[in-house]
Amino acid sequence: MNPYKAYNLYKKRAHKDTIIIRTLCFFATGVALAILFGIIAFIFAKGIPAINWKFLSTATSYEEQNFGILPNILNTVYITVLSLLIVLPIGIGSAIYLSEYGKQGRLLSVIRYTIEILSGIPSIVYGLFGALCFVTYLRMDYSLLAGACTLAVITLPIIIRTTEESLKAVDVTYREAALSMGVNRLYIIRTILLPCAMPGIIAAVILSVGRMVGESAALLFTSGTAYEMPKNLLTMYDKSGATLTVQLYQSFTEKPHWVPEDAPFAIAAVLMIVVLFLNISTYFVGKKLKRK
Amino acid sequence: MMAIIQTKKLNLHYGDNHALIDIDMRINKHEITALIGPSGCGKSTFLRTLNRMNDIIRDVKIGGEVVFDGVNIYDTDIDPMSIRKKIGMVFQKPNPFPMSVYDNVAYAPRYHKVKRRILLDEIVERSLRQAALWDEVKDRLKKSALSLSGGQQQRLCIARAIALEPEILLMDEATSALDPISTFKIEDLMRELKKTYTVVMVTHNMQQAARISDKTAFFLLGDLVEFNDTEQIFRSPAHKKTLEYVSGHFG
Ligand SMILES: Nc1ncnc2c1ncn2[C@@H]1O[C@H](COP(=O)(O)OP(=O)(O)O)[C@@H](O)[C@H]1O
Ligand SMILES: [Mg+2]
Repeated sequence: MNPYKAYNLYKKRAHKDTIIIRTLCFFATGVALAILFGIIAFIFAKGIPAINWKFLSTATSYEEQNFGILPNILNTVYITVLSLLIVLPIGIGSAIYLSEYGKQGRLLSVIRYTIEILSGIPSIVYGLFGALCFVTYLRMDYSLLAGACTLAVITLPIIIRTTEESLKAVDVTYREAALSMGVNRLYIIRTILLPCAMPGIIAAVILSVGRMVGESAALLFTSGTAYEMPKNLLTMYDKSGATLTVQLYQSFTEKPHWVPEDAPFAIAAVLMIVVLFLNISTYFVGKKLKRK
Repeated sequence: MMAIIQTKKLNLHYGDNHALIDIDMRINKHEITALIGPSGCGKSTFLRTLNRMNDIIRDVKIGGEVVFDGVNIYDTDIDPMSIRKKIGMVFQKPNPFPMSVYDNVAYAPRYHKVKRRILLDEIVERSLRQAALWDEVKDRLKKSALSLSGGQQQRLCIARAIALEPEILLMDEATSALDPISTFKIEDLMRELKKTYTVVMVTHNMQQAARISDKTAFFLLGDLVEFNDTEQIFRSPAHKKTLEYVSGHFG
């Protein structure tokens, strides 16, 4: 037998197709990263220079010909918190029902399928629904509350589905063991299932917060476009108010001459920072909850 | 000897599958009763009828009686949770909850309204001692239960199950996922436990049944073929099938 043959068989070598695939994947990653960082860099480069203290700490005023976004920042935070307060109990509650109490059957799969469909509806359609249902029918008028309700409807599917999946993923033997000790379902849910599902729920909240802060179309119809400073933080929920995204849209489309050229980019930059801030704080709140 | 729990013409169907057929069995207090038989013959199913753990499975139909403390636990006015409080269970795979050792043992007592710290401490220590685990974990009660070894985790599950001082302890192949040393430890433990409790165990390990049980029940295809003193079953069983099974011809 030719000794070189064996040697060739085991020799280390770079396979041609492996190299090609690897190179292609490398470039794909490069393009993706370039686009991502390109956008961030572009927005920050154009936006950051336009940000100053006055821009952040005043309200827009036609009389004073001033462009400021403090009310919009407040509105964004406020509407997000309000919306979470609405969507979390409903979403987590229904997820618990679907995974722990509901008998598996036709009705349940219909409900799941409906939730699936709901998550695919364009947000402007939700806006239309919110305008009819909350603004007109429930007489909330253009208000942060109407906007928050609409955002809650938009994010409900994410919360329900992710929570349900996280609950389902909890080791079934925990349930069995707990049941065999004569404790009831509520106790199991409170002491084992929810804590185990917490990382998943937090992920859903982060996703939802991103969606809420980023939403604009649905809010144009519901929370309105007012740019004045709210008088009172506790009662501002029934007032119309533009969030950052809505203000961004406004400043881009109907621009009086005294609005700085780069104002939309400045808002975009602030928006990205707010999203980052909200995500980080959600993460820490979740961590606290989990440790308890 | 007094029977602590007794089944009368117990039948169980999973849908169309007749998994238990007319089981009559008396289980004595302070004894270890072993259930043996090839897999799928209904041992686990039978064990789970004793504390109504089959209630949580859909499409189960149960007929006949299980008499415990003078009442049929399947009577319509019986609360299954109150039965499970009296009849604890340990499973095949060690399944401590993802919380501290202490919280695992205190899990059920807390639910049953033991709130005072001193009382809880007492229960946790007693249960861990009875499960022969106290010395190994007394310095790490606040550590996660998942950091224990497999054998320790299973003894923790035993401690957790006896925290409520049940009358009967059901063990479903509780040592089958463990190494031989941990297995022997748990067998020793079971001999101790039967002084306080009554143990019903499923095992696929014939030597184990022979070593530690007082009574042995041989199941085959949902039938209770033979039920007698363990010695009798292993030395001179009355049925041909039992002899074949305990001498390792099938299963
Ligand atoms: N949850 C269940 N649903 C339907 N059938 C089951 C279920 N559990 C067990 N069975 C059936 O009941 C019979 C007895 O099973 P089991 O009691 O688990 O046997 P063993 O513990 O002796 O191996 C088997 O035929 C099995 O397929
Ligand atoms: Mg089994």
